[in-house]
Amino acid sequence: MKKYDSLELDFHDIELAFPLSRRAFMRLMGGGLFIFFCLGNPLAAQQQPRQRRLRQNLPSDFNAFLRIGEDGRVSCFTGKIEMGQGIITSLAQILADELEVPLDSVDMVMGDTALCPWDMGTFGSMSTRFFGPPLRAAAAEARAVLIELAAEYLQTSSSQLTVEAGVIFHTSQSKKRVTYAQLTKGKRIARRLTRKAVLEKASEFTIVGVPVTRRDAEEKITGKAKFAGDIREPDMMYARIVRPPAHDAKLIRVDTSAVKKIKGAWLIEDDDLVAVLHEDPELAEEALRQIKAQWMKPLATVDETTIFDHLVKVAPEGQVVSQRGNLAEGKRISKSVVEHTYFDGYVAHAPIETHTALAKVKGDKATIWASTQTPFRLQEEAAATLGFPVEHVRVITPFVGGGFGGKTRNQQAVEAARLAKLSGKPVQVAWTRAEEFFYDTFRPAAIVKIKAGFNGSGLITLWDYGVYYAGERGASHFYNIPHHRTMAYGDGWRGTPGSHPFKTGAWRAPGNNTNTFARESHIDILAAQAGIDSLEFRLKNLKDKKMIRVLKAAARKFGWRSSKAPSGRGWGIATGIDAGTYVAHMAEVEVDKNTGNVHVKRVVCAQDMGLCINPEGAAIQIEGCITMGLGYTLSEEIHFKGGEIFDLNFDTYEIPKFSWLPKIETVIIDDKKAPPQGGGEPPIICTGGVVANAIYDAIGVRIFQLPMNPERIKQALS
Amino acid sequence: MIKTIHFMLNGQPKRLVIDRERMLLWVLRTDFGLTGAKYGCGEGLCGACSVLINNEAVRSCQLPVEEVNGKEIVTIEGLARKGRLHPLQKAFVKHDALQCGFCTPGMVLTAYSLLIKNPRPTLEQITDAMDENLCRCGSHQRIIRAIQEAIGDMKGGEML
Repeated sequence: MKKYDSLELDFHDIELAFPLSRRAFMRLMGGGLFIFFCLGNPLAAQQQPRQRRLRQNLPSDFNAFLRIGEDGRVSCFTGKIEMGQGIITSLAQILADELEVPLDSVDMVMGDTALCPWDMGTFGSMSTRFFGPPLRAAAAEARAVLIELAAEYLQTSSSQLTVEAGVIFHTSQSKKRVTYAQLTKGKRIARRLTRKAVLEKASEFTIVGVPVTRRDAEEKITGKAKFAGDIREPDMMYARIVRPPAHDAKLIRVDTSAVKKIKGAWLIEDDDLVAVLHEDPELAEEALRQIKAQWMKPLATVDETTIFDHLVKVAPEGQVVSQRGNLAEGKRISKSVVEHTYFDGYVAHAPIETHTALAKVKGDKATIWASTQTPFRLQEEAAATLGFPVEHVRVITPFVGGGFGGKTRNQQAVEAARLAKLSGKPVQVAWTRAEEFFYDTFRPAAIVKIKAGFNGSGLITLWDYGVYYAGERGASHFYNIPHHRTMAYGDGWRGTPGSHPFKTGAWRAPGNNTNTFARESHIDILAAQAGIDSLEFRLKNLKDKKMIRVLKAAARKFGWRSSKAPSGRGWGIATGIDAGTYVAHMAEVEVDKNTGNVHVKRVVCAQDMGLCINPEGAAIQIEGCITMGLGYTLSEEIHFKGGEIFDLNFDTYEIPKFSWLPKIETVIIDDKKAPPQGGGEPPIICTGGVVANAIYDAIGVRIFQLPMNPERIKQALS
Repeated sequence: MIKTIHFMLNGQPKRLVIDRERMLLWVLRTDFGLTGAKYGCGEGLCGACSVLINNEAVRSCQLPVEEVNGKEIVTIEGLARKGRLHPLQKAFVKHDALQCGFCTPGMVLTAYSLLIKNPRPTLEQITDAMDENLCRCGSHQRIIRAIQEAIGDMKGGEML
């Protein structure tokens, strides 16, 4: 096993005076070759317009991508964070490959706003897609500079030189050689990434595409890995905050007189924020219990059963996502038209690490260590709250204990910053599990209405699709349908005023889980009514070659045999596109008709994600997605009344366990000529649909609402 | 009432004065700076805070520290000996049996506890023993593979 001695420094606690000027940054880092990039250049160009807009008022003094140090080690600076998805490994692979250095000479510096280039956040399966190309270009630029330096040093022309493992040598005179370290020694060279670098060809990749072990594994299995809650500062205090019993409840009266019974407890009251601080976390909790608060809860109007009618009622006018042909004509030429409505409840992110942060305020500067997917957004939020200039706030992101979209919101870190400023002490805010559930930005409840028809040859002729509150992601179908229209109502996972009784947000592959469940269920219903095997029906109605290829790859691995559903075998198919990646799933389930229990025995996933940087990492993401997906498919659902949340721990909110585990098999179609696509989200989108279709194949009963828990199965059977 | 308790922590004798009920998890994380045991749910439902007490995996968020008086505690920080990883740790690395790594210390120690009691568990027994340890990233399949590999390593007598 390889040792990465310097990796422990990745989330370095280097004390530094910030904001850093470019010169100070280079001094701090020691000598070497630095590649900087400017705003408006490749990274920004990769981003979508809406995200680009968020970049106003950003500090633009400098942004370094990478540094090749005097010791030959390479540091990669990225605003992305590591939350388990593995980019600490795959981004290092890209860099090592392009620079032609051994993987273990690359150090990743991640999510530190004082050192890393601005980044909008780690979400949307975008790290490899959008950060990868400019990173690769920066590495190519660095290599070109090094070759120029080497040509001078060796007194030869650059065209005579080649690189291997950080050593540049003359192609015909192998004694003429120089290392990167020798070239950068005693120098401080800064280059701006301006030109579009000539990149390595896929056939020349030596590290990309080869499975490698996670680089953070050793720290994580020895307990050395630091998460936000593991950071210690002298004199730090642990905070506990008075919380409302329901969202939008108003604080009527608060009696804090008993807090003084707890020795060493500090009471902080500032507008809406009532908190206690203590140097012992248990005594902070004890002090919180001394506070008696009276609240007025708003009238609760919706719960988990009435929410769907409510949402359809308050939905604003729809937006056309895609359309073709004429729906009336589609209906006319259809032999049979089928109409159904699909429902999906609120789901929590539930990472095992709750939202946690430690904040320290000294004078007019703040340092915040936070479990966050959006360190730069947090930097702005904290600065606004504290009344500091943005560059006076430094956010450091240690390892993040799972995010799944939930840690794009940073309430806990803003609370810590406020309390640190008010108390003058470093303050840790680590949410309890109940706070984590209460303040989670749930995946929204959503509704999908589909009316579709097919003709006598089993071809889909009509597709009239409306999604409410899940959003556009994954809403458009990819089948070959002459007359179709896809409408989206409500503003995706953000909701509209008066829609959701609490905050909702992006949950791993936002919207696509709901859309794919509905679409793929409906496709199966059409197949069954047409009396055609589910795979055959899909292939018949597809023209998209990539989709046909993944479906066939999945079928081969699964050993799919043609049959009309319900066949009693408990086999299902679902397929979809997310973050540029194509996925096709096949599953086998067993349903206990007495208990309503569904056991997913086997899942095959075929995935086409273009160039696959780390096949092992991609397989891990597929396994993780399928396992996590079983939760929203079979058990996960938030129960609530108005703004009051009833599921506040893992006793009632059941997430997938070892005993649920299906046999998972993955097929990765590595298309070396295509750019890399997303990997952390796409394979979760099919779980609901593939299991729903397999349940129908097993027992001939169709479930239209997620999760498909035992109660719903039994109800459907009766 | 002030009490003094004694226990072994990762092979070192320790003494602790307590004047109230305290849970082991917070004693480890604050007094001893051992942050490998994690807070995940605070109710013993997730297993992220698991540590070994006399070789048995115990949820430290639910264990009053006075109950460890006279006992031996091993946390994830104490599993590797003299810089050498335990075979279970090696197997977790080899099989990529982790993603975010937050549940990992609890997983490794729960598996260790199982293998002490039952050196050759079946798949069903592994699943049973690990079932109440939660992982949100979905590393389950690889965790099982890692445990199975560590069982193999026991044959060399290196394991425990």
